[in-house]
Formats: sequence, C-alpha cells, structure tokens
Amino acid sequence: MRKNILQYLEATLAICPDKVAYMDPDTSLTFQQVYNQSRTVASKILAAGYTKEPVVVFMKKCPEQIAAFYSAIYAGCSYVPIDEEMPKMRIQRIFETLKPRVMICDDTTDNLTSELGFTGEKFLWAQASEGASDEAALDAVRKAQIDTDPVYIMYTSGSTGIPKGVAVCHRSLIDYIESFCEVMKFDQDTIFGNQTPLYFDASLKDVYPTLKCGCTTVIIPKQLFMFPMKLVDFLDEYKINTVCWVVTALTMISAFKVLDKKIPQYLKLIGFGGEVFPVKQFNRWKKALPEARFLNLYGPTEGTGVAMWYEADREFADDEKIPLGQAFDNVEILLLDENDKLADEGEICIRGTAVSLGYYNDFGRTSENFVQNPLNTLYPEIIYRTGDLAKRREDGLLEFVSRKDYQIKHMGHRVELGEIEANVNAQAGVITSCAVYLREKDRIELYYTGDTGEKELGDALKVSLPRYMVPTKITKLDAMPLTNNGKIDRKLLTSKGE
Amino acid sequence: MEELLEILKELHADVDYDTCETLVDDRIIDSFDIISIVAEVDDRLDVAIPAEEIIPENFNSAKALWALIERLEND
Repeated sequence: MRKNILQYLEATLAICPDKVAYMDPDTSLTFQQVYNQSRTVASKILAAGYTKEPVVVFMKKCPEQIAAFYSAIYAGCSYVPIDEEMPKMRIQRIFETLKPRVMICDDTTDNLTSELGFTGEKFLWAQASEGASDEAALDAVRKAQIDTDPVYIMYTSGSTGIPKGVAVCHRSLIDYIESFCEVMKFDQDTIFGNQTPLYFDASLKDVYPTLKCGCTTVIIPKQLFMFPMKLVDFLDEYKINTVCWVVTALTMISAFKVLDKKIPQYLKLIGFGGEVFPVKQFNRWKKALPEARFLNLYGPTEGTGVAMWYEADREFADDEKIPLGQAFDNVEILLLDENDKLADEGEICIRGTAVSLGYYNDFGRTSENFVQNPLNTLYPEIIYRTGDLAKRREDGLLEFVSRKDYQIKHMGHRVELGEIEANVNAQAGVITSCAVYLREKDRIELYYTGDTGEKELGDALKVSLPRYMVPTKITKLDAMPLTNNGKIDRKLLTSKGE
Repeated sequence: MEELLEILKELHADVDYDTCETLVDDRIIDSFDIISIVAEVDDRLDVAIPAEEIIPENFNSAKALWALIERLEND
C-alpha cells in the first residue's frame, strides 16, 4: 500500500539508481545518493530522539536541500523549508508558532541560526550525511507511520502579519502527484528546469514527479531570471524540456521579445500558474512553440499543489481569458454563492483528499477557511474556502473572476496586503497605512500617515518583509482619505497610482 | 544620466550609484529591479533595451547602464 511519499523514491531506485535526480551547475545527486544520504541523516535525527515533529530545513537552494527534506520524512517527521533569503523577522515569526526543536542547515546558514532565536539541535548537512544508516530504526518508523501524518509545513502570507503554516499529509501529496503526473504525462525523459523556490509549494511540481517518474530536475540559478537571453541559453545547455513556472518568469522572456531571437529548442511542456497569464504574452509563447503543450495550473497551497488544470492548445483573442479549466481527478470544486448555495458564479471551494490538514498550531485561523461543507448536513466533511471567485462558462470550464479579499498575486507570490500594513503599522512613528496593488503595472504602493520618513520606513520594511512584499513606492500623507463610512478609501488611493 | 539616477534611486535609495560597480554581482539589484529599470528607461527616456543587451555587464553600474543607453540612442 502506498502510504508514504518516499515509496516513489524507493520504486524508482530499483529501476535507475545511477540516474541523476537533482542537479544544479555545481553539484548533482543520483537517486541512489539521495536515498543513501537522506537515510543517513534521518538515522542521526532519530538517534537524537526526534520523530513526529517538524524539522526546519534552512539551507541555500541546492540538490542537497531536497535530500534534506527526505531525511526529515525518513525520520517520521515533517519538513519546514526556510530560505536563506527570507528576512530574519519573518523567520522569527514562523518559529514562534512552529517552536522547532531541530534543524538541518549548511555552511552558508549555520552562523545565522542564533540570530533567529533558534536554540534547538542543529545537523550540518555535510557532516550528517556521512556514514551509514540505521536500517532497523528507519524500518520501524516506516511501519508505525500512517498516511495522515504531515509531510511538510509551508508558510504563506497571513493578513494579520503572522505567516500561516500550511500542513499537508502524505495522503494528500500522493493523491496530488498521482493525478498531476497523469495529466502532465511525465516520463523518464523529462528534464525539469526548476524556477520556483523550494519553500514555495509550486516546487512540488518538479520535485515529486522526479521521484515518481524517474525524471531529472535541474535547479536554475536564480540570477538567470534577470537575464532572459542567458536563461534561454541555459535551458538549451541542459536540454530542459519541461518547465512549471510562475507566469512572471515566462513573461519576463516573452515581454523582452527574446523569443524573436532565440527559442528554447528542447522545450515541449510548459505548466504555468501563480497568476493570470496575460493573453498577449501567452500567444507569443504559443506562436514560438506551436508543438509544445501548455497547461494552466491553478490551486492554493491549502489544497495541496494544484486543484485545476486547463490545456491551452490554441492562441487566444485579446479579450479572452485563459480558463482555470477543470478539477484534477479525485478533487471536486464547488462554487458557493454568499448564501453558501451552489452557483454558476461564486467562491471556489475545494473538496476531497487534496484539502490539507490546516494551519499548524493555529486552530483559530484554520477554522475560518477550513469549514464544514455547507451542502452536507449529515456527517463531518471539511472543505477549503479559497477566497477566489470564479464563474462557470457555457462549456462547463471555470474562469477566474477576482479575489474576495485583499490577497493579491505579485511576481508569482501570494501576498496579503494586510500583512504589509501590519508590518508598517508596527514601525515606530506610523499612525495608519494602506497598501494598494496596481494591477496594470504589477506594483505595490504604500500610503501612510505619521512622523517617520519615507526612506526610513522603506529601509525598515526591507528588514521585516520578503523582497517581493516591499512596496515599490512609499508616500507619506498628511491625512488618510476616508470613505463615507469611515474606512480608508482604498479605491481612491489605488486610482492615484494608476 | 540625472534621469537614470532618479530611476535607480527610486528602486534603492540607499545605494551609492556613483561608486558601486557590483550591482548585479553583489545582488544589490534583482530580477524585479531589472524589469523595472527596463520598463522605466523605455517610459521615461524612450530607449528600448533589447533582450540581448540585458546582461550582467550592462547592469553592474549606473555608468555601464548609461553607456548602454547612449549607445542605443546613437544607433
């Protein structure tokens, strides 16, 4: 019975142990090396007395970081990816709810851990991955483990300023990878070019199909996403034929008209998501690669990876939208109106094994979005309310309409404008603030009142917020414009910037 | 050059663009910035930077970027 996500690794190991599973320009790991190293580290974690608890993986992005995830799983734990580029304050906030006792780090992060207030036990990857594994101990963990145990906890933006840790169990992840691979048709010839950060659940699309289908994932250096021509050269050099990228990464290539000069010659499968693909940019891609398959992939972290897919197999008219499409196998999408009745336009709610466990150590916020299915009054059944509004078209496919709240998508990242404001309001000298998102320009701008300077505030935000959440422009106002009922006039402030 | 410095200052007010020659190498600017710079230079200076010129050498310093803009203007 398949109850642990690493059974994919074990099955592939029997077929192609010496094939490269994960690589970047500096290092590579074969399936055998991934297996051996992760089991060795797992044995040490277990021997030190840790199991059934979160393990923080705080490393620079590299193949070994993925093996570190698996070492946590082999120890019967869940892994929590933390990135070296995350701001210190954000990590501290994560640790406040996570309360981690154990961490895997590397040479680049080892000396940063004390600043984060981490006082637990550390395993340094280079040393911990040397030596033999304790087969009997690892077998005992596997035997006792069940598929509703969490496999990872990934943190996402929270409107109160405190990030939310989405906990996902083995069963949901296996379910997702099964149906995802069926639609995408990956095989042993698949070479992924990984763009998405590993602390972001979009990276599951590369990381786990690699285990299941015996593919190779090439981690693309982040810097290349600044230099589109070099990026295309890299795709060709490593013969990358499959990418699952956020839309921003794809439009970076098409908007600079790189495709007129150079077309990635091996690319034949393109999954995109994270936000709406502007039709004009999509058409440039479709024209450049007419034989390639393009798939729109939609889904929130809370619904384990992606929930819906659409094969975009033609060019689109300027006034058309690329649909979200249909649900993956074993997922049901409900559109619920304000009265919680099924409707042709309403909030996307996810039903099924895909629904994750909830927010870690946060029953309050979990119960807001993970709720009893209002259509079922007969037995307990939790659905996830995404906050995304969609409508059903005549052909039955779903199409994205807007958000219910102030969550936005910026550069492929999910951002709560409320989290930015909570951080601004926490700064000394700030009275009120309002963050607005300018869709046309894909910019976040901030207005505030108080006696702190614009530059000072900007500097402070760079320390407390991830880069993609720091407003591009900060403006101090003498007074906040208010609506008739006394709320900050967000519409007016948004129109100022447009 | 003034206008370019203004664009750059809007992105990172704390950087000394007169002396810094490692904007890319030291990860002072990132991909968001490159996209902004290309868009703003097009908007405000009316110079379109073609894809093949979006390379680290041209973005490492304000001076290099200005030299690129002048070269493109004269073409």
